[in-house]
Amino acid sequence: MNDSKIDLLVIGAGPAGLGAAIEAAKRGVKVLVVDENAKPGGQLFKQIHKFFGSKEHMAGTRGFTIGEMLLEQAREYGVMVMLNTLAWGFFANNVVVVKQHDQSYSIQAKKVVLATGATENTLSFKGCTKPGVMTAGAAQTLINLSRVTPGEKILMVGTGNVGLIVSYQLMQAGAQVVGILDAAPVVGGYDVHANKIRKAHVPFYLGHTVVEALGKEEVIGASIAPVDCNFKPLEKEGFFVECDTICLAVGLSPRLDLALNAGCPSTYEPLLGGSMPWHDQRMRSMEDVYVAGDVAGIEEASTALEEGKLAGVAVADELGLLAKEEQGVIYEEIQSRLDKLRSGLYGDKRRQAKLDLIERGCTR
Amino acid sequence: MRIEAHPILGTRSVKETISITVDDRTILAQQGDTIAAAMLAEGFRVCRHTSRTGEPRGVFCGIGQCTDCVMQVNGVPNIRTCITEVEEGMEIRTQVGVGRWEASHE
Ligand SMILES: Cc1cc2nc3c(=O)[nH]c(=O)nc-3n(C[C@H](O)[C@H](O)[C@H](O)COP(=O)(O)OP(=O)(O)OC[C@H]3O[C@@H](n4cnc5c(N)ncnc54)[C@H](O)[C@@H]3O)c2cc1C
Ligand code: FES
Repeated sequence: MNDSKIDLLVIGAGPAGLGAAIEAAKRGVKVLVVDENAKPGGQLFKQIHKFFGSKEHMAGTRGFTIGEMLLEQAREYGVMVMLNTLAWGFFANNVVVVKQHDQSYSIQAKKVVLATGATENTLSFKGCTKPGVMTAGAAQTLINLSRVTPGEKILMVGTGNVGLIVSYQLMQAGAQVVGILDAAPVVGGYDVHANKIRKAHVPFYLGHTVVEALGKEEVIGASIAPVDCNFKPLEKEGFFVECDTICLAVGLSPRLDLALNAGCPSTYEPLLGGSMPWHDQRMRSMEDVYVAGDVAGIEEASTALEEGKLAGVAVADELGLLAKEEQGVIYEEIQSRLDKLRSGLYGDKRRQAKLDLIERGCTR
Repeated sequence: MRIEAHPILGTRSVKETISITVDDRTILAQQGDTIAAAMLAEGFRVCRHTSRTGEPRGVFCGIGQCTDCVMQVNGVPNIRTCITEVEEGMEIRTQVGVGRWEASHE
């Protein structure tokens, strides 16, 4: 693979990237997907829970099964996938430089889809660098991919969906979740997920934060305390919780380094994870460059997949490969599935945030 | 600890066992393990010590983004153990600071 020219380069083989690759390749676009991981699928293979939504969103199917299905389709339509391949630079004329096994290659593509996913946020407290403090994603990767538990007694920080889901999965893996805490006074994630943990009598410490991770070389416990109305810990009221692992599930941020490098206009949307590349209603961020999935605003796997599909169809369209009878209709189909996913208490807000962002237009 | 039985993922499939050393102690790993997972399965959680204060660090992000888990592997420093797979006979060492290259690699 040397200095080649292709129609579409997709960066990231998660649901968004695979969705884009499949929809484009299906219509005759020559697609190459690169991912720095050794295995494709992004976060999907860690997701062992059943998805929500309706049948058309593959609800009731587990994340890893969806992953297998996407890989199968990608193969069927002749999508090329380069693994262990990090995209590290985006240069003029859509030249992307990638590195595989200490060897760099430049790839020029007519169109590029950036589907680089997210980075987990961290939290700073005394002792937060000790072995035993890790992100919830790290714990999820260890239990569901490596089948090794990170510890025996886990304290989860954060009650959003990732915190709730990973807590439950840690219990399924045989670890004990000794508590789950959140600085906010209410649980952040869905009740379905929270109830499974409540049923197992895991204590919820709402309105609390971690003051310190205790232990000399490794974590042996945590000191936690309630917070005041400014989220400052009331240390005098602090108490000890025995644990060997502290997992941080304190949100995700779009992984936008490559998008910024490409020159995508950036925008800020707190409901979608903060700073992110701007995009229009067809996921186009700038000429020839599209974004999809978490990098285009943090949501979840099903929306990432649909956004990827939207980008893939738009690329085929721009390359003149969208059949006449599909014009217009196909966008509406995908958009209506996205709208359905973005409904309900939290979904409505995200849908509105996306609309506002598109309407605002981009400022450079 | 290894997860033997799992309500959704089923029983762990038996893979080829290989041996590696961590600071000269031999441990058994499974083909396909990342170094970090093989170490955690045996209770090793410290990957390196920082250069100035000597503080310990271990797996943090688990997906190759943060470099907290780097160690010396077969004489080469700064290898991210959370995304590097084990190989038979691999020699792994706790790293101090930025680590050092061993003679055979200089
Ligand atoms: C730890 C974690 C746990 C989650 N758990 C859930 C969950 O349980 N349920 C749920 O619905 N959602 C979950 N999510 C939300 C998740 O964001 C979506 O489910 C979905 O995976 C997003 O898809 P994506 O394709 O945008 O990103 P990802 O699935 O993250 O895929 C992005 C891919 O891009 C690759 N990549 C990034 N940068 C580069 C580069 N420069 N070069 C090459 N490759 C690159 C990465 O290696 C990765 O494979 C989780 C997210 C995280 C981070
Ligand atoms: S734990 Fe972050 S790079 Fe390995």
